Amino acid sequence: METDSRIELKDVSFTYDEAPSPALSHISASVQPGEFVAVLGHNGSGKSTLAKLINALYIPSEGNVVVCGYNTKEEKVVWDIRRRAGMIFQNPDNQIVATVVKEDVAFGLENLGVARDEMIPRIEQALSAVRMSKYADSAPHTLSGGQKQRVAIAGILAMEPSVIIADEATAMLDPSGRREVLDTVRMLNRTKNITVLWITHFMEEAALADRVLVITDGEIRLQGTPAEVFDRVEEMQEMHLDVPPMTALANSLRQKGMPLPAGILTVDDMVQEVEKLLCPSKSVT
Amino acid sequence: MLKNITMGQYYPVDSPVHRMDPRMKLVLTIIFIVTVFLSHSFVGYLLLLAFLVLACRVSNVPFRLLLKGLRPLRLIIIITFLLNLFFTSGEDVWVSVWVIRITREGFLQALFYSLRLVFLVAGTSLLTLTTSPVALSDGIEMLLSPLKVIHFPAHELAMMMTIALRFIPTLLEETDKIMKAQMARGADFESGNILARAKAMIPLLVPLFVSAFRRAGDLAMAMESRCYHGGEGRTRLRVLKTTRNDWLALLTVLCLLGLIILEGIFLKGVLF
Repeated sequence: METDSRIELKDVSFTYDEAPSPALSHISASVQPGEFVAVLGHNGSGKSTLAKLINALYIPSEGNVVVCGYNTKEEKVVWDIRRRAGMIFQNPDNQIVATVVKEDVAFGLENLGVARDEMIPRIEQALSAVRMSKYADSAPHTLSGGQKQRVAIAGILAMEPSVIIADEATAMLDPSGRREVLDTVRMLNRTKNITVLWITHFMEEAALADRVLVITDGEIRLQGTPAEVFDRVEEMQEMHLDVPPMTALANSLRQKGMPLPAGILTVDDMVQEVEKLLCPSKSVT
Repeated sequence: MLKNITMGQYYPVDSPVHRMDPRMKLVLTIIFIVTVFLSHSFVGYLLLLAFLVLACRVSNVPFRLLLKGLRPLRLIIIITFLLNLFFTSGEDVWVSVWVIRITREGFLQALFYSLRLVFLVAGTSLLTLTTSPVALSDGIEMLLSPLKVIHFPAHELAMMMTIALRFIPTLLEETDKIMKAQMARGADFESGNILARAKAMIPLLVPLFVSAFRRAGDLAMAMESRCYHGGEGRTRLRVLKTTRNDWLALLTVLCLLGLIILEGIFLKGVLF
């Protein structure tokens, strides 16, 4: 695995052909190796454009995008970047190429020119990492949305990437499929130390990240840990973004004079803090 | 209703013929076609029939499925028969009514040429019945790959076939969905004459095409992001291997060809 799986965006702007205003303007951010960063924003905020810039599918109009030490502007390194930074797309149907699951996982390896003998164990490992081994010989159209996304993840995993970019990978799935896919990626982030850039408009998903970037109108408005970002309830609401219900509740209670600390994201957090207030002597684990 | 469409006419059972290398099956089919054209008498046809029955037996495909492939071509076969029957001149006149003369020679020739069509269709059906579409596209790619030298897009062609096969179920599902959505809004796909029904398809086809193009765009991007850059330097998971069975089949078909050539030399015109 690559040691340098850092993503660096330096004053990046991007304008689509014939678009009157830029989709992204003067974005600067960095993602550290092994970090799980969520990018939160509503439709049309420019967050998908950001994903495609990192995968060298788009080249910035201004500024530089550096992925794993490679600048996306250099044409020679495009394939090196795409091998190291795998991308999962929104529509599970539109990213599966082959008619059999294991052949789809092989697609990236075939493109890289990996020898067949080496391919077979790598496919098996990738499928077992996403717990799809028993579907190796199935046809993709017989799988559920969550399973198809896991196959897509396996396809990337087989290429041994150091970064995974998920471009609203859960947007078209049902709640259980969303859980499946998010859990799979979080597990890969922890066990294989793969850097993750998780693009989403679900704040529940962003709440699980190490760090959150909030994008609106092509600009990064807020960034920080989920607790830091979601505590700025008014700013978030101004951008028409939700905050977790418990954070919103804690904020309202605070305004009414209840001395709750910042950083409450889940029901468990809330229970803990309220218990502390009600019986300060009892130590809560 | 659209779910029941099977792809092609592939008959999924296991048999030595099913396991054969698709390249070999393609080559054998071509040799078989040549053999059919070289056959000049009904004796030759008996040999061809014997071969087809044998091949059917080995491949576990019911013989009636082979004949089923003839159905779409029945009109052409009948027309061939009738044209030859009425427009062949000969001496041994059987029936002569007004301008129509049916002769013995005409009848035999009519039978001969329509049977030739039957053999051609049955032989190629055997290929598509025993070879899955994916294997077929693999075989075509491999056989055509020497033509890459003259810039023939063999890999691209096979990739297109694979993607088409992959998206057939997806697009069928989508057609079903759009159809139901339009029917819920009062669209009528079933009544009226052929023109009215064709017109009724427009609200089905337009959204289907729009979505197919969007899918194509998405897929292209997904393929690029997984380092797809054409056939150059690409390895393959699926490999084609020729086994002893393949060479045995080749030997059998070459024997058939040899016999037919001999038949052509010694029996030419005997049954004519």
